[in-house]
Amino acid sequence: MSTTDFLPRLLMWQFRPALPAVVAVVAAVSLMPALLSDRSARAAELVSTPAQSLASSGPDYQRDVQPILAEHCGHCHGLDEQSRKGDLRLDIRQNALEGGESGQPAIVPGKADESELVSRILSDDPDTIMPPPHEKKPLAATQIATLKAWIAAGAKYDPHWAFVLPQRPAVPAVANGTSPIDAIVASHLAAKGLAPSPEADPATLCRRLYLDLVGLPPSPEQLAAFEANGYEKTVDALLASERYGEKWARHWLDLARYSDTNGYEKDHRREMWVWRDWVIAAFNRDMPYDQFVVEQIAGDLLPNATQEQVVATGFLRNSAINEEGAIIAEEFRMVEMFDRIDCLGKAVLGLTTQCAQCHTHKFDPITHDEYYGLFAFLNNTYEARSYVYTPEQRAAIDDVRRQLAAADEKARTQRPGWQQEMAVWEQKMAAGLVAWTPVEMTEMSSSGLLTHPTQLPDKTILMLGHWDKEMIFESKPDLRGATGLQLEALTHGDLFMQGPGREGAWGVEELKCSVKKPGGEKWEPLSLVNATADFSVAERIETRPASPDGKTPEKKIAHGPVAKLIDGDIDSAWESDRGHIVRHQPSVAVVQFEKPLDLPEGTEFKVAVRMAGSNSRMLACCRVSLTTAPEPAAPPIDHAAILAIRTSKERRTPADEAAIFEAWRQSMADLQPVNNEIASLWKKMPQAPTTVLHMAERTHAQHRTTHLLDRGTWNQPLREIGPHVPAALHPFPADAPRNRLGFARWLVDPQSPLTARVAVNRIWQTLFGTGLVETSDDFGTRSPVPEYRDILDWLAVEFVEHGWSQKQLIREIVNSKTYRQSSRVTSESLAHDPGNRLLARGPRFRVDAEVVRDIALAVSGLITQKTGGPGVIPPVPQNVLDYNYHYPSFWKPAEGPERYRRAVYLFRKRSMPDPVMASFDAPNGDLSCARRLRSNTPLAALAGLNEPVFVEAARALALRTLREGGSDDASRGHYAFFLCTSRPPTDDEIKVLLAFVAAQRKKVADGWTNAREVTTGEGEKLPVLPGNTTPQDAAAWTLAARVLLNLDETLTKN
Amino acid sequence: MNTSHLLHNARARLLSRRWFFGECGVGLAGIAASSMLASEGRAAAASAAGPLALKASHFAPKAKRVVYMFQAGAPSHLELYDPKPALAKHDGQLPPADLLKGYRAAFINPKSALLGPKYAFQKYGASGIEMSELLPYTGAIADDICLVRSMQTDAVNHAPAQILMNTGSQQFGRPSFGSWTLYGLGSEASDLPGYVVLTSAKGTSGGASNYGAGFLPTLYGGVPLRSGGDPVLYLSNPKGIDRETQRASLDTLNRLNDLSLKAVGDPEIAARIQAYEMAYRLQASAPELLDLASEPKEVLARYGITDPTKAGYARNCLLARRLLERGVRFVQLFHEAWDQHGGLTKEIRKNALDTDQASAALVSDLKERGLLDDTIVVWGGEFGRTPMVQGGNDGRDHHNRAFTMWLAGGGIKSGHVHGQTDDFGFNVAADPVHVHDLNATLLHLLGFDHTRLTYRFQGRDYRLTDVHGSLVKGILA
Repeated sequence: MSTTDFLPRLLMWQFRPALPAVVAVVAAVSLMPALLSDRSARAAELVSTPAQSLASSGPDYQRDVQPILAEHCGHCHGLDEQSRKGDLRLDIRQNALEGGESGQPAIVPGKADESELVSRILSDDPDTIMPPPHEKKPLAATQIATLKAWIAAGAKYDPHWAFVLPQRPAVPAVANGTSPIDAIVASHLAAKGLAPSPEADPATLCRRLYLDLVGLPPSPEQLAAFEANGYEKTVDALLASERYGEKWARHWLDLARYSDTNGYEKDHRREMWVWRDWVIAAFNRDMPYDQFVVEQIAGDLLPNATQEQVVATGFLRNSAINEEGAIIAEEFRMVEMFDRIDCLGKAVLGLTTQCAQCHTHKFDPITHDEYYGLFAFLNNTYEARSYVYTPEQRAAIDDVRRQLAAADEKARTQRPGWQQEMAVWEQKMAAGLVAWTPVEMTEMSSSGLLTHPTQLPDKTILMLGHWDKEMIFESKPDLRGATGLQLEALTHGDLFMQGPGREGAWGVEELKCSVKKPGGEKWEPLSLVNATADFSVAERIETRPASPDGKTPEKKIAHGPVAKLIDGDIDSAWESDRGHIVRHQPSVAVVQFEKPLDLPEGTEFKVAVRMAGSNSRMLACCRVSLTTAPEPAAPPIDHAAILAIRTSKERRTPADEAAIFEAWRQSMADLQPVNNEIASLWKKMPQAPTTVLHMAERTHAQHRTTHLLDRGTWNQPLREIGPHVPAALHPFPADAPRNRLGFARWLVDPQSPLTARVAVNRIWQTLFGTGLVETSDDFGTRSPVPEYRDILDWLAVEFVEHGWSQKQLIREIVNSKTYRQSSRVTSESLAHDPGNRLLARGPRFRVDAEVVRDIALAVSGLITQKTGGPGVIPPVPQNVLDYNYHYPSFWKPAEGPERYRRAVYLFRKRSMPDPVMASFDAPNGDLSCARRLRSNTPLAALAGLNEPVFVEAARALALRTLREGGSDDASRGHYAFFLCTSRPPTDDEIKVLLAFVAAQRKKVADGWTNAREVTTGEGEKLPVLPGNTTPQDAAAWTLAARVLLNLDETLTKN
Repeated sequence: MNTSHLLHNARARLLSRRWFFGECGVGLAGIAASSMLASEGRAAAASAAGPLALKASHFAPKAKRVVYMFQAGAPSHLELYDPKPALAKHDGQLPPADLLKGYRAAFINPKSALLGPKYAFQKYGASGIEMSELLPYTGAIADDICLVRSMQTDAVNHAPAQILMNTGSQQFGRPSFGSWTLYGLGSEASDLPGYVVLTSAKGTSGGASNYGAGFLPTLYGGVPLRSGGDPVLYLSNPKGIDRETQRASLDTLNRLNDLSLKAVGDPEIAARIQAYEMAYRLQASAPELLDLASEPKEVLARYGITDPTKAGYARNCLLARRLLERGVRFVQLFHEAWDQHGGLTKEIRKNALDTDQASAALVSDLKERGLLDDTIVVWGGEFGRTPMVQGGNDGRDHHNRAFTMWLAGGGIKSGHVHGQTDDFGFNVAADPVHVHDLNATLLHLLGFDHTRLTYRFQGRDYRLTDVHGSLVKGILA
């Protein structure tokens, strides 16, 4: 469609009769920016009978009235019962008509003058005027006029548009083949006497498409291909490119507050890049958005969940983790939970939730209860972390597992009566077990006071947060006749691979017990003898080097056997490490008191557990028990089997059964060959290249209930809250499970009024710079009613009907004429619509931080295109590294091709935001970010001019220009300019550029500029120069390239 | 008052404006360049006249700039500002049980013995304010400061407490005090950032979030002026590019951008030209600022600076004065050194030696230059220390219930002590001042009703004081 197609309607609107009724309303409600262009259904109607429909309806509740009520009245007369005054609600028509305590109707429809609301807002008595002066929210005259006009017209309420399921709007009748987007835009513009802009020129369009769809500028070849293949084919090709996912994933990473470190003071590294790669892959294969959301929230709960689906749940684990000394882990887990809800609110629901963390939301329908209802869906989880394997490794693992199963089968075949034999064996084992009483601690601390252990109901002690060297547990158990103590190392879902160690292999250097009799002053040590364990490694010798100052000499330390626990040498450790993977199972050590204890009631008992090494070898979950059985010892079978045998048969899990079978098999002498085979099979388990933080559902026994927290304070639970969703949104299906999976599916239920709209709006925002709803993270009652709600709703309905395909949606939008308009601004259009909310021109804005960098790398030819992998460490000035509280000694900037990977792969450190990314407004992952603001600062200018990678790009672009751009400066100038902007320079432009090149070349020739320094950064070195070029050429063109890389047009999507 | 620098600034601004309007050929609309999403009110004003344009506060301000000397790690009030003879008397005894009800320290079991103050106190100045023997220089300005002995905060771990102190929230993502100030008042500095951060000792627990812009536009964030290497990141041109080449490069860049502006009409291009020009000016103004050669010897001596090129707290204090003189709105010093869980006696003495003289010199220097009258000076950390011992007998744990900060300058009562703690310096006994109250009061001094300096984000009008804070009238002059 060309501009002229718009003309007939435009003319019609220019000459429309201005009826008196319309004028009156317009005058009364002069704040309304877009009176004639509301929602689609009406808009369509308006085309035929504009005046009638307006005259009858008065101001639009949604667009004009509701924001006033929400802003100025909602705090005391809204949803929140706690803060409600006079028992009056104004957000519900019925209540407003009935009035509050006073019994006076606040609103009398059709009769503004009889409405209490009107007399109160008009009052000049400070005691009766509304809003009360102390609220400091006085109404403007125009707002008062709007309220009066609205009541006069009948005080019609509509539910907030965004909480009503979108319906496909009627699209103005247009010629076949016209995009409904264009038809709607045309009708809105026509109503305002405006016309769309002409289509941008092909080169601009091609560049726009490339920057938007793949985040890279087109090469000269790609520009030529665009001319040959045409627009729509190019769109398809770009959507099919792997580069597409790298561009579009970044927007989701903002929302997901992705980072490669944990944040807070320590800000240690974390491994999350496989999750980032999962997002890129999901975009590339156009995973339907509903599935995309479900897998990220509850992929682990899907039937036969794959590794990818578990990795996907890293989404919610992107929260910062506090590892500061002496923190209480649960306090900061709660902060993470708040962050997760905030993230879901912004990313999926388009709702602000933070308010309801402490109290019922003041203006959106989320009560305090409902907030914790949402919370409850996510709260029953472990903070899990696991290995992640490559596809080849997974095949290898499957193979090992098959062989393990076959070996087990061999054992069963060899002993056909195995079931009965095993039952007898188990009975014998059970009969030999002694009774242990777990000790309830009265006080738990650690030597450096850095760890605060917590004890669970089954007396398991979990040691999260900061590590420490020695754990100290105090209690007042019954010690009469106690003969021994058992230290169990146990697994827990909050630990890496479930523990029992923090990272992998763990050890305990010393176990000490002491007692303090009632009224006593001193702790008296108890003598411990006869240590036994279910498993210990053979003795190994560690040589600890002498200290640098020579004060401590070299020491040889023997680790391994359980006797090391009580050998009095605080350096030698009991190690129960069964090896890769199999180390993640329980273990036990038992020590005897030299003689049975005979201590009075009330005696205090202290157990000190000294951990091996530092953080990575710390035991993270244990339990201490006492027995009175004579000469207690640890049975020489895996503790997992003992725990299983102690579990009643009906409550055993398959893992319990397997543990018993395994222990039985190992105890059979004639099965030794099979046992050996199995042991060597385990050794074949591959070493995973990385790990990921993910979600895992808590076991039934460790189910976590959710409580409403008083003012959001982590340790102030008020009452138990079950999982439920806000009543104002679509209902939770009666037959759906009330767990994370049910919740995830509810979020993407086609009945959701918000989910599709929010997703569609964000895609629009990415392409146009601003969403149809400007506040893309907030569709609540305080968000501005969008000019183009009809486009939003039309796209939202389309989106769901086309299987939530984001690529299809993007295709739909970029194929529209609206998107293809020229972005040229006239002073008229600027004055009329500075933010381009009416879409009478194409989008023009500086590209995102990542794209800024990628453009420089691409046009210089430095870029390395490779998908996925660990974060690439960029160069960062030393004085930035020095600002860290905890110095990141791992910071070794990538060299060679890795250095020039796309910015989506850059390592992101929360407390040290990348200086380049930050100066171009990239968020640092502190919290979910739905829209970046764009700034234009001197710091960004300095980065573009002087940051090492940009400087390297300028040098490379110069050499590329000399190599490929022809033999004279004019053609080189054309080429370099073309590479950067995708268009040839104008005569004026090339003149300016060539004058600069000539002047700089002369300056080099005259010796004022050192060509070596300019081209390599080193005084003695020159780059490899293309044939027939001189160092002067390279230097002059490096300087020119630096200018070109910083052109507004180079950094801008035009 | 020394006005030469102000004149210099005004002239520079005028020149740059003239260049901007003339050379770039854009009118006022051109400055509406920044494509920030304005919500309303101040934000809208910001985008209409440039985000850093000068803006009027709600009412006549007492002060127009701030220097905030943040003592990260949390200094012990009990060794520095809050004399507690009773604590010395009960040294080694357990604190009264009722004191500990519901109490939580970070590391220690609250049932730890009391630890008497490690240093003696004495009266300073005409006002007779009692402070530690470790603070002779602060003592000398006792009559110029207001000691707030009744500070309180909510957090007991460093990072959350620092973030709370600086942004009004323990959760990440909120704008810092400096950002709010810049957003509220705009910048008077034409050649320097409006909000500058100086760091000594080590990096802070709160990291960059301590001075970040949060959800405000990036350009309201604090800009670190770093020691070692480029003071402003990427300030130096690459090797081989001198200032003349840089000028020629920018002239070329500007000409090309100007051609593009004429063709496309997007005012954002004009803003970009201005940003590159500002960058160029910064390349000259930052080194000039950092070059202390022009400072007389006695000035250096007053701050305790022996080597003017050596980085550190004292140098940062002098730089702060120079920044304020040049129209910088908000200067924040971070000195992360005060976390004395152990080694208290020795370490706090060292910290006092490192900071006392220069902190006091900054106040008296500002005073002599007539700048103190409309500058707010703040000194303090994220919380206090326990009256109870940590470890053997030479450390204190984190303590959020009571600690001391001091203020000086425009609109602040001088030679005054506000608030008091109980006999052990454990709880506030009179006139508590929560972090939010402090921030509300500081904003008041800058001319703002803290409930009305808001920015709409996600539908909510956020403020520095969240939903809290009340004006502490007792510290106002």
